[in-house]
Amino acid sequence: MSSTDLSDLVTRAEVCVVAVAECFRGDGETLCNPIGTIPMIGGRLARAAFEPDLCMTDGEALLIANDEAFDWPGGKVVEYWNPYRSMFDWVWSGRRHVMMGATQVDKYGNQNIAAIGDYARPKVQLLGYRGAPGNTINDPTSYWVPNHSPKVFVEAVDTVCGIGWDKAARLGEAGRFVEIRRVVSNLGVFDFETPDHSMRLRSVHPGVTVDEVVAATGFELVIPDEVPTSRLPTPEELRLIREVIDPAGLREAEVPNP
Amino acid sequence: MTDKRLTEAEVVARLRSGMTIAIGGWGSRRKPMSIVREILRSDLTDLTILSHGGPDLGLLCAAGKVRRAIYAFVALDQQEPGRPPAALLEPHFRKARQAGAIEDEPLDEGMVHLGLQAAAWRVPFLPTRVGLGSDLWRDNPRLATVRSPFGDGEELVAVPAFELDAAICHLNVADERGNAAFLGPDLYWDDLMLQAAPTGGRFISVERVVPTEKLLDAAGGNAQRLRISRMMVDGVVEAPGGAHFTSCEPDYGRDEAFQQDYMAAAKSPEAWEAFRAEWLDIDEREYRAKVEARR
Repeated sequence: MSSTDLSDLVTRAEVCVVAVAECFRGDGETLCNPIGTIPMIGGRLARAAFEPDLCMTDGEALLIANDEAFDWPGGKVVEYWNPYRSMFDWVWSGRRHVMMGATQVDKYGNQNIAAIGDYARPKVQLLGYRGAPGNTINDPTSYWVPNHSPKVFVEAVDTVCGIGWDKAARLGEAGRFVEIRRVVSNLGVFDFETPDHSMRLRSVHPGVTVDEVVAATGFELVIPDEVPTSRLPTPEELRLIREVIDPAGLREAEVPNP
Repeated sequence: MTDKRLTEAEVVARLRSGMTIAIGGWGSRRKPMSIVREILRSDLTDLTILSHGGPDLGLLCAAGKVRRAIYAFVALDQQEPGRPPAALLEPHFRKARQAGAIEDEPLDEGMVHLGLQAAAWRVPFLPTRVGLGSDLWRDNPRLATVRSPFGDGEELVAVPAFELDAAICHLNVADERGNAAFLGPDLYWDDLMLQAAPTGGRFISVERVVPTEKLLDAAGGNAQRLRISRMMVDGVVEAPGGAHFTSCEPDYGRDEAFQQDYMAAAKSPEAWEAFRAEWLDIDEREYRAKVEARR
């Protein structure tokens, strides 16, 4: 099967899974900690396909070697007892790359999951700061946005939970561990590989135009002259996604195929 | 030998309005719900609650018991068959925040760890890099910075020790003196909460109380599971099903259907009135019987 054949057969969700997996390329023997349905599948794919030393959780208190993302009918292959408290040992020692969600994310990668509107009396109370300040000041961090819109991609977030590149720069030496690596959305992939670390369109998913991305983004993105298309899964990656990692197809519910 | 067994009502009688209380567990996991329900029935008010928040904080907010919440997150964990695990927003906490009904003291999860550890070790603060650059500076005036006295001179965040009056946790099994075991996947911060609270204010509820001679057996023969010592505990409540509707693995999972009813009831004052009458304005014995009858 050639990749041209695949493009018609691969769903948007599967392109997102591969884009997530690519965020973890090169991470080696660290804790790969993607949060969300497609992120959990993408992290599993990275390990199964090209980054075999990654460590991953069962979503609870274990590190497991299984390729399946959600359901382990043959039992869990347990590597380590990893209660929540252990998470800080990984995070604070710089051995974790988390992919979090973002209710808002801005052009320097600041993230909000605490509250929309005035924090003192919010219009919408969300989860809280959770672990975002500690994650971002200590380790590489990426974000997953399944519903790209100007409400999510905002000029400035209402509350800075996860800190972005601009905040890190102001901290100087204290911000030396900050690395906001990528944002993956249902429309494309974004990075901060620009002189001032403002967000750049890295690739658009097949079937998405640059104009669509611009229209769905509430700030000015850096757009290269040539915007690549997000890569498709290899036939082996597609087999892993469909038959091993997510045989129930949960990915398709998070990002419907257009 | 001190028998520390108490009823939920006796625990609540030792609490006072205005206290700062840490509640163990995590989200909708292993929460001391029977004691929380007893607080709902009491006259206690004006409480400051420190929690990895779930329905404990939600119910206390709904009942108007909370003056201030100290937390990193408040969420209801959900695991439905054939779906990935999810974290739902806590409806009553959300309502209280949006109405400006409670004071708010946000933290990062790791800061909660440090604030508890500082209190347990009797030091005024512990340093960390966590929080630098974030809006925690805008939203939590108790945080401060401290400069390293060593050559590096690095500026760090000083997380102040929590000043707790009480801590309440739910475990699987204990003896009557307060030695206890967790049998599920995670101890969460229960031991640290109990160590951070002052003598006289440290309470646990458990699924069952066994003689000390049987405790290790009840912990599956694993001494590593005996993580709560009687030196951390002033009162033990025997509360089978006491964590309902949160999970208490491996004794029982979360009652997802009940949690859904709880969520649905938060959608209108009338529905909440009905839920309260059916599930909260009753005593614990009746509650337990009704939960059994639903199964």
